[in-house]
Amino acid sequence: MKPGAVRAWSLVHKWTSLVCTLFLLMLCLTGLPLIFHREIDDALGHDKWKPANPSGPLMDYDQVLKAALERNPGHVPLFMSFDTDRPVVNVTSGPTPDAKETDMVFSPIDQTSGDPVPDVPGGGVMDFILQLHTDMFLGLPGMLFLGGMGVLFTASIVSGVVVYAPFMRRMKFGTVRRSRSSKLKWLDYHNVLGMVTVAWVLVVGLTGVINTLADPIFETWKTNQLAALTAPYKGEALPAKIASVQQAVDTARKAMPGMTVQFVAFPGGGFSTDHHMAVFLHGNTPLTKHIAEPALIDARTGALTAVEKMPWYVETLALSKPLHFGDYGGLPLKIIWAILDLITIVVLASGLYLWLGGRRKAVAVEP
Amino acid sequence: MSSFLKIFGWPTVLAILSLIGLVGALVGDGPWDWLSWLCLGFPLAVLGWVLKTRRS
Repeated sequence: MKPGAVRAWSLVHKWTSLVCTLFLLMLCLTGLPLIFHREIDDALGHDKWKPANPSGPLMDYDQVLKAALERNPGHVPLFMSFDTDRPVVNVTSGPTPDAKETDMVFSPIDQTSGDPVPDVPGGGVMDFILQLHTDMFLGLPGMLFLGGMGVLFTASIVSGVVVYAPFMRRMKFGTVRRSRSSKLKWLDYHNVLGMVTVAWVLVVGLTGVINTLADPIFETWKTNQLAALTAPYKGEALPAKIASVQQAVDTARKAMPGMTVQFVAFPGGGFSTDHHMAVFLHGNTPLTKHIAEPALIDARTGALTAVEKMPWYVETLALSKPLHFGDYGGLPLKIIWAILDLITIVVLASGLYLWLGGRRKAVAVEP
Repeated sequence: MSSFLKIFGWPTVLAILSLIGLVGALVGDGPWDWLSWLCLGFPLAVLGWVLKTRRS
């Protein structure tokens, strides 16, 4: 490569890194506990909760919904989701069908008694960390901003790989010159740690960027795919009374046999039309369990309107989630994720250190 | 050895193994998980090895 090209790539590496490093450090630090979200929740007491009547009959979903809404007067239902490891149904409600996220109330209900499941003590800390990691408490603009940082990070990694070559002409992979200056030592660490993690960090970075686009992706899906289903209801107001959720779920199960119900989206929200309950079901193989597809149920009559196949961009988002979270290969994968995350922190911090110490000098004393 | 291989040989091998590991656990459970752990763990083992042996 010509010296001019190397200089240009170094500039790209320097500036893309400078802009995104502090945010990436925040993302890596908050991401670390999030890898073990489930384990931490269990340790905090999620595991210790027992249903009121462990062997008793389960309430149907309509009864659960009623119990949840009685505790939130004036609210309409937005979502209903189902814990997989215990008889708990979660109802998300809000003052209006299109309520902002900050106005939504999440009520986990014991399906054996209709009582609320108490919050896990300390669970608020994990929620705080998750929110900071997702959007820095700034909603959609915050998410998109972090997505932009992810794009810069990707550019920084690619340019980093290019500028790696000139340093390594006379050195074996992984050599760390520890006996000379601290700058050289950390340059070598930065290089080897960056190169060992490059594939993982690119995948986690890019899937993170895709995750920041979740809102626009679902908005596009709703506009394009669901618009056709709402045409017959043109001019009608939102249904005042909603048909049975239990029957909607039963109908959806019948329409999509062999699949597992993940959640129900009520009319008027971001995941359904104004006139349907959308029951989302996912498959049961390691691959298909990440991809949920909705059965749309007429909210007035409870009749099945359609089963929708998700477009490619929603499936891409669905597969981006496990690849970003690292929660799809048991505890060993999570531990590997954590180690790679820690290494990435060292790469970011050493990069910052090299810049603060004047990287040019380090380049000049190349062997 | 070409200069590309000399510089990018190891990084390429580690990147390919990492990608196999990342996709592996997504495809299946059981043996696929093991494949994933091995493929993603190998780069870490190589890292440990070079950091221990290649000092100057």
